Amino acid sequence: MININILKPTSSNFQTYLYIGSALIFMGIFDVFLRSFFNINYLTFLPGSLNFLFPLIIGLVGLQMIRLEYSGNRIVDKINQNINNNTFNAGLTLIIIFLTLLVIPPALDWMILEATISGDTKEACVATEGACWTYIKVWFRRFMYGMYPNDFHWRINTAFIVLIAFAFVGYFMKGKLKNYITFYYAILYPIIAFIIINFLISGGSFGLEWVETNAWGGLSLTFIVSFFGLIFCFPLGMILALGRRSELPIIKYISIGYIEFWRGVPLITVLFMSSVMFPMFLPSDAFVDKLIRVIAAIILFEAAYVAEVIRGGLQALPRGQYDAAKSLGMGYWKMQIFVILPQALKLVIPGIANTFLALVKDTPLIFVVGLSEVVGMLQMAKTNPKWLGYAMEGYIFASILFWAICYAMSKYSQYLELKYKTER
Amino acid sequence: MSESIIQMKEVNKWFGDFQVLKDINLEVKEKQKIVVCGPSGSGKSTLIRCINRLEEHQKGQIIVDGNELSEKTKDIEKIRAEVGMVFQQFNLFPHLSILDNCTLAPIWVKKTPKKKAEEFAMRQLEQVQIADQASKFPGQLSGGQQQRAALARALCMEPKIMLFDEPTSALDPEMIKEVLDAMVNLAKAGMTMIVVTHEMGFAKEVADEVVFMDEGMIVERAKTKDFFANPKNERTKLFLSQIL
Repeated sequence: MININILKPTSSNFQTYLYIGSALIFMGIFDVFLRSFFNINYLTFLPGSLNFLFPLIIGLVGLQMIRLEYSGNRIVDKINQNINNNTFNAGLTLIIIFLTLLVIPPALDWMILEATISGDTKEACVATEGACWTYIKVWFRRFMYGMYPNDFHWRINTAFIVLIAFAFVGYFMKGKLKNYITFYYAILYPIIAFIIINFLISGGSFGLEWVETNAWGGLSLTFIVSFFGLIFCFPLGMILALGRRSELPIIKYISIGYIEFWRGVPLITVLFMSSVMFPMFLPSDAFVDKLIRVIAAIILFEAAYVAEVIRGGLQALPRGQYDAAKSLGMGYWKMQIFVILPQALKLVIPGIANTFLALVKDTPLIFVVGLSEVVGMLQMAKTNPKWLGYAMEGYIFASILFWAICYAMSKYSQYLELKYKTER
Repeated sequence: MSESIIQMKEVNKWFGDFQVLKDINLEVKEKQKIVVCGPSGSGKSTLIRCINRLEEHQKGQIIVDGNELSEKTKDIEKIRAEVGMVFQQFNLFPHLSILDNCTLAPIWVKKTPKKKAEEFAMRQLEQVQIADQASKFPGQLSGGQQQRAALARALCMEPKIMLFDEPTSALDPEMIKEVLDAMVNLAKAGMTMIVVTHEMGFAKEVADEVVFMDEGMIVERAKTKDFFANPKNERTKLFLSQIL
């Protein structure tokens, strides 16, 4: 019997098929490459749609010709198993390769080759089609520090450097001091941070000029809001999680009520309430800074989410752990602190990281109450009459910033997971 | 005759509508070794879990070392600290090393200085022959080693009474012996013990008395010899014929 399927290789003639097939695939990819990078089309003699589809067709034929279950060639086997196991997947593979080839040149062109970064005015960008990084350069200080006076930017920088230095103190706590490490990070460090930010960034004493929080902004404000948000919503969430599992009805129902209330309202509403409604309830001579009100609102809001994540971890622990702790004579708090929470928190590191990432990415919402962190500043720059039309550059810049921050946090959470993985 | 260290009078307990303990009367004197046996679901575990109030009884009286257990009992932690317990599933704390498992409660409950607690813990671990595993985590130990570590952990609180809730039921057969040996040593040292177990060999070797439970009631309580030689109750006879 004659094998009429000429596209199907057998192990005897595979070598020939492999050469022809590879050549066809290469031709297909090379054709797209030429069209995309050099705008050359060798196939103009073919009618329209066939011309367009030709690389895909010869690519598919080529992949079809090298598809053999056990070819004996490791690379070919890998390709066949993973991206060429049937015609549909082969087609998808080709389309993805072609799309990548088609997208790279314009993206590269726009972002780098045709882009401008020289000059200080919009005029530098008028001549080119590419991205106008001059815009980012000119506005860079605004994106970092908001409307904070230029002369005082060193105060923000110093404050952050000092804060980072204090964050590393834990590494140097050895021996007896090590027992206080939790106390340091949970209580002392936030207080130190507040004092530093209050005196250095806010100013008003030690000969430093006072800068009102309305002028704060940019990435530094993102950091300040996220930092206090993270540091305080965690312990509050922990207490709420324990409260919700408490056997005392009052504590239990207060916790449930709190969590369900805050999870039920949108963050934007909470922010509005904190900045618009809250001051109305205060006596007229009492004054709480807007930034503090906003941070407090974010803490209260996120704590509800953290609480539910931690509760998930608490529920995952077997009852035997409680039994063992109780049978050794531990009271409620000792049991929670030494036995239950360390295990539960370890279990929920991914969930906590999730919530924290969401918190960082929620900070731009504070623009609704007139505080402009980095995205807020972007909005402002975008609508500046002198710099109209460069929103794209700004958004790409902001997404790179946020991606870097969030990726670092995500990596750190993975590191923590590994560090505390002792057993099971 | 010495005073009874544990007294249970007319103890009743329900889980919802289901009555798990029916009019339990049990007295245990100091240094006595009691083995509790019976078919599963007969309330043995619940019985000993009531003694350190991991379960609450609803009716009757339980007096442990002169303290009555009830909702009004303050300082239940103090009583629990004097009653050690070993569980079927070991229940070691997986995030702490074996040594830290053993010193956690002495340091934080009994306020023993850390150094002293560690020395004492190492002695206990030597007693159960796993001193060389002290720095490992529970997950790295075999079942038998984990159970002996759990025993050492309970002993580090220097309890007056030890409760065992089926300590060998979750173990592979070849590991049962090493745990039972440790328990026999403890019994010889004069500890007051209540042991829920199916290991009749252990009962014959160390128990002063055997208690047989069925359907939440104490069916028979007898000296060990009498219990195995001539059980009085039909239910006991049936149980023994099946298990021996």
